[in-house]
Amino acid sequence: MGSNMAECHPVAFQWVVEAQKRGGKLVHVDPRFTRTSALADLHIPLRAGSDIAFLGGLIHYVLEKQRYFRDYMVNYTNAATIIDERFLDTEDLDGFFSGWNEDQGVYENRTWQYRGGSVWAAAGQRTAPPPQGDGVVVAGEVPFEDPSLEDPHCVFQLLRRHFSRYTEEMVERACGVPAAQFRRLAELICDSSGPERSTCFVYAVGWTQHTVGVQYIRTAAILQLLLGNMGRPGGGILALRGHANIQGATDIATLFDVLPGYLPMPMASDSTDLDGFCRPHGGAAGGYWGNLKAYLVSLLKAYWGDAATPDNQFAFDHLPRLTGDHSTYQSTLGMVDGTVKGFFVLGENPAVGSAHGTLHRRGLRNLDWLVVRDLYEIETASFWYDSPEVAAGEVRSEEIGTEVFLLPAAAHTEKDGSFTNTQRLLQWHQRAIDPAGDRRSELWFAYWLGRRIRAKLEGQHRDRDRPLLDLTWGYPLEGEQQEPQAEAVLREISGVAADGSQLPGLGALRDDGSTSSGTWIYCGAFAGGQNQAARRRPHWEQSWVAPEWGWAWPMNRRVLYNRASADPSGRPWSERKRYLAWDPEQGRWTGPDVPDFPVDRAPTYKPPPGASAENSLPGDRPFVMQADGRGWLFAPSGLLDGPFPTHYEPQESPTRNPLYEQEANPARQRFLRPDNPYHPTAGEEGADRFPFVMTTYRLTEHHTAGGMSRFLARLSQLQPEMFCEVSPELAELRHLRHGGWATIVTARASIEARVLVTARVTPLRVQGRQVHQVGLPYHWGSRGLVRGDSANDLFPLVLDPNVHIQEVKAATCDIRPGRRADQPPS
Amino acid sequence: MPFDARRWPVWRQVTGKDLLGLGRTATSTLTEGRTARTATADRVATSICPYCAVGCGQLVYVRDGEVTQIEGDPASPLSRGRLCPKGAASRELVNSPLRELKVKYRPPHGSSWEEISLDSAMDMIADRVIATRDATFEEVDEKGRPLRRTMGIASLGGATIDNEENYLWRKLMVGLGVVQVENQARI
Repeated sequence: MGSNMAECHPVAFQWVVEAQKRGGKLVHVDPRFTRTSALADLHIPLRAGSDIAFLGGLIHYVLEKQRYFRDYMVNYTNAATIIDERFLDTEDLDGFFSGWNEDQGVYENRTWQYRGGSVWAAAGQRTAPPPQGDGVVVAGEVPFEDPSLEDPHCVFQLLRRHFSRYTEEMVERACGVPAAQFRRLAELICDSSGPERSTCFVYAVGWTQHTVGVQYIRTAAILQLLLGNMGRPGGGILALRGHANIQGATDIATLFDVLPGYLPMPMASDSTDLDGFCRPHGGAAGGYWGNLKAYLVSLLKAYWGDAATPDNQFAFDHLPRLTGDHSTYQSTLGMVDGTVKGFFVLGENPAVGSAHGTLHRRGLRNLDWLVVRDLYEIETASFWYDSPEVAAGEVRSEEIGTEVFLLPAAAHTEKDGSFTNTQRLLQWHQRAIDPAGDRRSELWFAYWLGRRIRAKLEGQHRDRDRPLLDLTWGYPLEGEQQEPQAEAVLREISGVAADGSQLPGLGALRDDGSTSSGTWIYCGAFAGGQNQAARRRPHWEQSWVAPEWGWAWPMNRRVLYNRASADPSGRPWSERKRYLAWDPEQGRWTGPDVPDFPVDRAPTYKPPPGASAENSLPGDRPFVMQADGRGWLFAPSGLLDGPFPTHYEPQESPTRNPLYEQEANPARQRFLRPDNPYHPTAGEEGADRFPFVMTTYRLTEHHTAGGMSRFLARLSQLQPEMFCEVSPELAELRHLRHGGWATIVTARASIEARVLVTARVTPLRVQGRQVHQVGLPYHWGSRGLVRGDSANDLFPLVLDPNVHIQEVKAATCDIRPGRRADQPPS
Repeated sequence: MPFDARRWPVWRQVTGKDLLGLGRTATSTLTEGRTARTATADRVATSICPYCAVGCGQLVYVRDGEVTQIEGDPASPLSRGRLCPKGAASRELVNSPLRELKVKYRPPHGSSWEEISLDSAMDMIADRVIATRDATFEEVDEKGRPLRRTMGIASLGGATIDNEENYLWRKLMVGLGVVQVENQARI
């Protein structure tokens, strides 16, 4: 769901086909019939933006038909945990949970906590409210639970009630999926789960680019936990990511709110005391996050070396502080509003690659200076003379004051380095040749820019420059171009002990400053002084898990939470699905993978009083990152928009929410300003001006916004032109001719595209009316060998509150025949 | 060369043991004289496809300092030698004449690109960073709590570049107090 795997990740799709050859069933749930659907055993079209209603329907089915994997669910999830009795559900409050603060537009999650305990989350918003009364910080055991699952305040009962109205009739109303088709899928999933079998979900940005994107994934997580499909071979929820190193860039981390290894970035409101910071961010909780301080101190040592001492809290004060959301869309608005003056763009193309391109280009025009580093002259570099606004005569080049530097980058064949793929696998690529001319790696750029700035500031002795001047910056340089050695950086990331020896893994990290590691989850990537990411033992020379190809974080584990592949006593759930098992004679976990669990921890282990971090979890709790070691059906902390997923309509929707009075996610991030207009939604005046649903997607022959494909002759020949995909019914309704032109209109922009009339985007009946959908690839812009309008220009800025991802998979539009009015003469 | 009907591929296909024309009958005198670029390479570098996050293995063939061919690596347990159309086109990605070779500079209000040296560009960028950072530096917030940052500079990108590059870039940004550092994870 939310992925067209055959089209967008075709080489990985060979494994789906392999599974089908062995009897596996492939179901594709997607608004469009695609190359993936063509190979699927069953394709189910649904309305874009209705996946939570659909998945919620599956949860309802599993609960009511009692098809859950009971032993797994009771032991490995928080189904039995009792929640604070003050918690109120969306069923009680018509689309809101308890704790909603209308004035600030945010939730306060005190009433979502476990009864008698506050629980820190492993991801997302990590802090939890301090315990009240006799309450405790949960580390391992929870204060109250009911393994019979009958207590009305236990998670299992709350879950049943929450999804009680997500019936197959509701799925039909909300998603446009006929009940019989839905039932067929529900039976297939249940039959393909349990001790003998497993089901996995594959998703991509079709699930994330929504104002409830995180909750889409959460809904799938709940379903997979109920069915016992997590931590087991053939199970899981697999994200297919779109860029070679999007996973690594997230891990390491070029994101404002996390430091490398998902360590929280401190806020101004946080304590300036290191312990005072670590404790409320999970440092006192159960599971591996209980070692937060060791991970953070090791990072501070990697950054600041000898300048990070016990006396100065390991330079904790050198970290700059956040005061809110500083994500990319906020920066764009900062450019428009004049607060952001300088901008670096490294291998990204926001002028056409981000939602509301018009706003991004306006921001670029308002900068003092811009540095673009890329292989090609992309739209983000050329906006000042080649953009829709310049073409339309709205702005002239001479009026634009931005100073632009376009620096040519080195390609992957011209530098050493590692990419982390979508399954957390670090793989090394070698420098085949040196880059020509002024082309340089980002490593070179970062290193030499840092060196120049430091040299210019060194003599000034200003306090504000200490964090910069104290950075460890001594990397060996190689060759004529004085390229920093990439392996030396990986050594720093992996980490060293006080004596300079490479650390074997994250278990060796300490909070006393005796270890240094730039990214704790990558600790061990250079274990034994060997570049583990560069290992390339052919697959025919090793087991099917292929542990000697590259290195997967953490600790080369290929399946996360794989302790769950065995039952509480350590025996495999079935021989057919055997993966890890406890060997009582050896006193260790054995199997083809590295155990995602302390290797010698017996299933019978009970934590002694005072045990902390992973040692506070009993031997039958597989989810080692969680404070209670269990998979969360109910998330007491971590999410800003509710402990359970709830069906909300997109910001712009052709239908009203069939479940609640509250239409859209109340916690979504909106930007109410004249340059970011939203359409009226269903039921509001003027909504009929934009009656159709639009959704964006990708093609095999192009890559994201096209910066790495539109400049290539072969790929351009294969997919030469921007198009829009419409059904024969919509074509008739709007007089669109196959192969002719159409203009897609929103309050943000009008773009033109060739018309592709196809039965692949079938109209759906939703709440008694026909809903038409328009499919839009988003690969084009004004540069390259093939040019076309950018679909991203059509969308507004409206974001998921947890991760600040824009909603471009479901919004409303109009479509008309012919080219747009401001079409320049050709 | 006089025409010899027995050398004609269709004749050989019909009369020989290669009816589908997938074997030696697909060759001609001309093609038999050709050698694969993979056979004449000076060396082969192991690599990873730069497009999506599947991470298919690549073999990069080099001759006389040029990348002459990029193939799928059959040893990879992920891709087993396969590449999609993008991965198969990656030789053009790195060799295209459209690729930028020299620094391009556009002064404020300028009407065309100008050429400047890499060294000057690096120096000018360093100066811009220092000036903007100084002009927008925030030591403390309104309650006197430390901030040690600048909100005047932002950075975007990271998903197309290496782990080591992301790490070093973020490290530099943290040192400078630039907190608006983002990548494609949100798109």
